[in-house]
Amino acid sequence: MMSIDTARVRAVVRKELRDYRRRRSIVVTMIILPVVFLIEPTLTVFLAPAGTNLQVPLLLLLLIPVVTPSTLAAYSIVGEREQGTLEPLLTTPLRREEFILGKASAVMIPTLVLSYAVFGLFLAVVGIFAKSAASAAVFHQGPVLLAIVLLIPLMAGWAVIVGMAVSVRASEIRVAQQLGMVASFPPLVAVILLALGVVHPSVRVALLFAGVLLLIDARAVSLVSRMFDRERLVTGNRAARPGGTSRLWRGRSG
Amino acid sequence: MEGVPEVTFCPQAAVVVDRLTKCFGERTAFSEVSFEVARGEVFGFLGPNGAGKTTMVRTLGTLIEPTSGMATVAGIPLAPDNAVEIRQHVSIMPEAPGLYLRLTVTENLEYFAGLYGLHQPAARIRAALDAVNLGDRAGDLCGGLSKGLRQRVGLARTLLSDPVVMFLDEPTSGLDPVATREVHNLITNLRQSGTTIFLTTHRLEEAERLCDRVAILNTTLRTVGQTEDLRAQLFTKTLVVQTLESLGDPGRLFTGIPGVDGWRSDGPGSYVLSVPDPRRVAPEVTRGLVAAGADVVSIGEAKHSLEDVYLELVNEDVEARGQ
Repeated sequence: MMSIDTARVRAVVRKELRDYRRRRSIVVTMIILPVVFLIEPTLTVFLAPAGTNLQVPLLLLLLIPVVTPSTLAAYSIVGEREQGTLEPLLTTPLRREEFILGKASAVMIPTLVLSYAVFGLFLAVVGIFAKSAASAAVFHQGPVLLAIVLLIPLMAGWAVIVGMAVSVRASEIRVAQQLGMVASFPPLVAVILLALGVVHPSVRVALLFAGVLLLIDARAVSLVSRMFDRERLVTGNRAARPGGTSRLWRGRSG
Repeated sequence: MEGVPEVTFCPQAAVVVDRLTKCFGERTAFSEVSFEVARGEVFGFLGPNGAGKTTMVRTLGTLIEPTSGMATVAGIPLAPDNAVEIRQHVSIMPEAPGLYLRLTVTENLEYFAGLYGLHQPAARIRAALDAVNLGDRAGDLCGGLSKGLRQRVGLARTLLSDPVVMFLDEPTSGLDPVATREVHNLITNLRQSGTTIFLTTHRLEEAERLCDRVAILNTTLRTVGQTEDLRAQLFTKTLVVQTLESLGDPGRLFTGIPGVDGWRSDGPGSYVLSVPDPRRVAPEVTRGLVAAGADVVSIGEAKHSLEDVYLELVNEDVEARGQ
């Protein structure tokens, strides 16, 4: 069983968060996107006539954890490679699992903070300022609200892992970011099915969907770890494998 | 060796490479390479572009896997299960220092101190920065530093973990003479403190000045040893004689002097004599020339630089490939 050194993971997270704070474009993008996705459901609650189905605008809030991290996740590895910082990093005792975990955590933390903050802000604004009928309509969407609470980290997890998978293999930042954005959307299919009424939202459906996504996320983490090939990242070449020694090395080198 | 003070090596080798080969598909980076680096030694690794130097460093640093062969690094066998332990005991400075330009010098080093799990990281960072004379730039953003200063930050980073073996890949590449001299001084200081340094470089005078031994790689290992020994192996010893005017009958004069094995003219009044022991034969030659009535301008042993050794070996390869 591979041991994970949490101190090394923390070091990666600390450095990443420091680096994000110094990039104005990242900070602005991370703040603007959630605000944009907050506006539509808020306006719907305040302006829509009574009896409007509020499931669709509420589920729009689930776009925040999908869209917010995808650019950062896609940048995470190919970005280090392009700026020449990956090789020195790979010469340290950092294991690939620790690297992936640290990078993923550093993207997840601001994503979750922003997603829950925006969701909380939405509920607070509706609770305080909306007409009582509109407010009640929102707060009576129990299964949808539960789905949002449960799915925010899982959707974010998917977007982060998929973005990093693309980043491990991509040769350019721009390609990685475009592919990462596209690849992060499949879980939204389930959300769309809920919103369109194809699947009726209930606590059971919310829990089931969350469970499936959790399993997929967990599997994806180990998949990305295995895709992380030091030799390929440093030289651009995959290891040659005469006699199978390379496979042995790659699989166990950390 | 000139310019390099004597040091005592620990008997246990810091690096042992035994018939190591690395291929990228059909292309061979290096083949069947074997050598040892003693603890506390500064080992120069030379070779033309594409000779496999950087690939060797990456292989020994567990960044890439060997195709065949064996090695031990810092006493640890190069094997998949030992990769993390090896990386804990070595440090590698790639040709480009690879710093996070939006972080300060200290923040860059803090990151790596965390990755190495260092105790008292603040003290270690201070010591590393002092070693490269960067203590007063600790709070500067790396993006604002010159290339030379960034290289020094990279060196400070390699010092942080107090490694058993330090791999420096072209550490003075692109540096101005002042920054180069500072890096040289740092390597000299590290050598005196007993750190093993594996130095890849294109600068032959740098290798000659800093290294205890050098290896010349050109896909295969062409030679390894002290530069003095390599010179002796490759070149016959010669005396260069300069006279004011050309000699009347140099053949009769030089062949009559005991110890002179052969001679050739190297321009008007200039002669190159093959001798087994220049220090012993030089007085004899002087006496012979004076007795013959020649006006002697100078007599001295011809010195072959490491560059001569390098070019001799690399040209041999070029010629061999051309045939």
